[in-house]
Amino acid sequence: MMAKQHSVWNPADARAIIAAELHREGAMLPILHALQAAFGYIPRDAEPLVAEALNLSRAEVHGVISFYHDFRREPAGRHVLKLCRAEACQSMGSEVTARRLLDLLGLDWGETSPDGRITIEPVYCLGLCATAPSALFDDEPIGRADQQMLETLVAEAA
Amino acid sequence: MKLFIPQDMAAVAVGANRIAAAVEAEARARNMPLTIVRNGSRGLFWLEPLLEVETPAGRIGYGPLTVADVKALFDANIFEGGTHAKCVGPVEAIPFLARQTRFTFARAGIADPASLDDYRALGGYKGLETALSIGPAAIVAAVKDSGLRGRGGAGFPTGIKWETVARTGADRKYIVCNADEGDSGTFADRLIMEADPFMLIEGMTIAGIGVGATQGYIYLRSEYPFAIAMMNRAIALARRAGLLGAAINGSAHAFDIDVRVGAGAYVCGEETSLLESLEGKRGQVRAKPPLPAIKGLFGRPTIINNTITLASVPFILAEGAQRYAELGYGRSRGTMPVQIAGNVRHGGLFECAFGVTLGELVDDIAGGTASGRPVRAVQAGGPLGAYFPPSLFDTPYDYEAFAKRDGLIGHGGLVLFDDTADMARMARFAMEFCAHESCGKCTPCRIGAVRGVETFDKIAAGIEPEKNLALVRDLCETMKLGSLCALGGFTPYPVLSALNHFPQDFTASPLPLAAE
Repeated sequence: MMAKQHSVWNPADARAIIAAELHREGAMLPILHALQAAFGYIPRDAEPLVAEALNLSRAEVHGVISFYHDFRREPAGRHVLKLCRAEACQSMGSEVTARRLLDLLGLDWGETSPDGRITIEPVYCLGLCATAPSALFDDEPIGRADQQMLETLVAEAA
Repeated sequence: MKLFIPQDMAAVAVGANRIAAAVEAEARARNMPLTIVRNGSRGLFWLEPLLEVETPAGRIGYGPLTVADVKALFDANIFEGGTHAKCVGPVEAIPFLARQTRFTFARAGIADPASLDDYRALGGYKGLETALSIGPAAIVAAVKDSGLRGRGGAGFPTGIKWETVARTGADRKYIVCNADEGDSGTFADRLIMEADPFMLIEGMTIAGIGVGATQGYIYLRSEYPFAIAMMNRAIALARRAGLLGAAINGSAHAFDIDVRVGAGAYVCGEETSLLESLEGKRGQVRAKPPLPAIKGLFGRPTIINNTITLASVPFILAEGAQRYAELGYGRSRGTMPVQIAGNVRHGGLFECAFGVTLGELVDDIAGGTASGRPVRAVQAGGPLGAYFPPSLFDTPYDYEAFAKRDGLIGHGGLVLFDDTADMARMARFAMEFCAHESCGKCTPCRIGAVRGVETFDKIAAGIEPEKNLALVRDLCETMKLGSLCALGGFTPYPVLSALNHFPQDFTASPLPLAAE
């Protein structure tokens, strides 16, 4: 599976991305999503640009970014594996599977492997609850995710 | 020859795209002309990936398939009456599907969800036609007469909400669809958006005409990338066909819809928090009143309804309020798409009239657990819903009957657990989840949930268990009565139900997680 390509942070591109969303009512979240899609995360340097465009204080922008679990403050690994930790997946043993995988990689939730290859994150429900346990590997949904399947996936992630 | 392989996210998660590619390659190698329709899922998820073959005797299903099965299906010549071990017969005769009353999900899985022609051919946009001919007041009256109640969880009468918005004067009104389906064990909104997106567009359009709103927003969670793509595609197609925009179907009514993607906050499923988020703020709950129907999005009168609620409207308008209202149980009218998930043998979406018992759903329809072990508990209504033991399986599926047993039907999810489930761990998780997702505005939720986790850890460590269990109950009382919204207010449901129905789990120290 190909890793996602992100641009290196630069204010000029960021300004253009912000400007493209400004016509919307309540443009904040669309702007933040667009910035993260472009750069892979929302650098602190983006905050004053968003604040200026929306006529808000930098603190307000910071407050929004930090409220939502989706927005990253630093780049993730080349691949992101999200493992569902919600009840339906727990009923199929997801917590045991996740713990083993994290131990195998020597990581905790939200951490990235030292080689920058993979980040493991929790997710609370992907809506695939009748084919649990569920995971999302980059953009690819995975159902009936057993130990071996996840280990193979992680081993093959380049 | 026509084949159907779903493009649904759950079907793809178990290999539907790989099956489709293998079928295509095999057909090419054998020089067989095949048309593969990427339909939505029927919602019979234990059979996914499910392949259907169109035959004179109806659509015959094969599933759950692996790529290795594909060649064998061709070798068996299933297209001309051959048989294969994975054959499940005529799909519409599968008891799980045949026993349903599909009003809202009548079209799910039948056709290509992105085809407006298919949607119309299957009865789509008949509701809008009626709506345009009867006018706003009669639209609101029809929804009121149908007895439809909010399917997001609160069960508030939809018609009353619409009437309030219709009566409130403003320069601009909004229709907001709450598609922030965060409850574990639920996927009805996802299925609507992925399998029948025009139905939601039609429902929102009718709502807009009914109350005089011109702009709609679908607040769609980021965890649903397939639904986001499908809704955007369907909205673009509807615009091009004049079914959204300045003159709906050539009428004087204007209405348009924009999809807004959430950002991983469960609390944004709460309506006022969702509105804050749509406005570009932290998703913090607003105190009510004012009600969103009077002062909602950007301070304007706003209908905020769940996806299922809005998607139920086209049927009500097309078939008549009476047809919907004649089904049901007590004050719960019409049908409910029950979503059966977790450790389940036949997991999927089961739309039926209210009144079926919990036991029928779990044992009879879903066939018990996937592991084959006895069912120990069923969590009804998502992470804020109660755990029901088998001794309460006679509870009828109805808002009031569940409330009477200290539970809720919520958004219609049922998550099965087998007898290996540790209910003390699940009770602790309820508190942990609340702490993780709390918006932080009110103290009982923000601090109570953290204290709840700490207290459960003390109980598990054997520190004054009786005193600490009493403390948990006291804390639940505070959260229930003192929280601003359902997150803090309903977290006591799973906690107290686990304590009341499974007290034995809270006495001994739980097994370490790594144990087999």
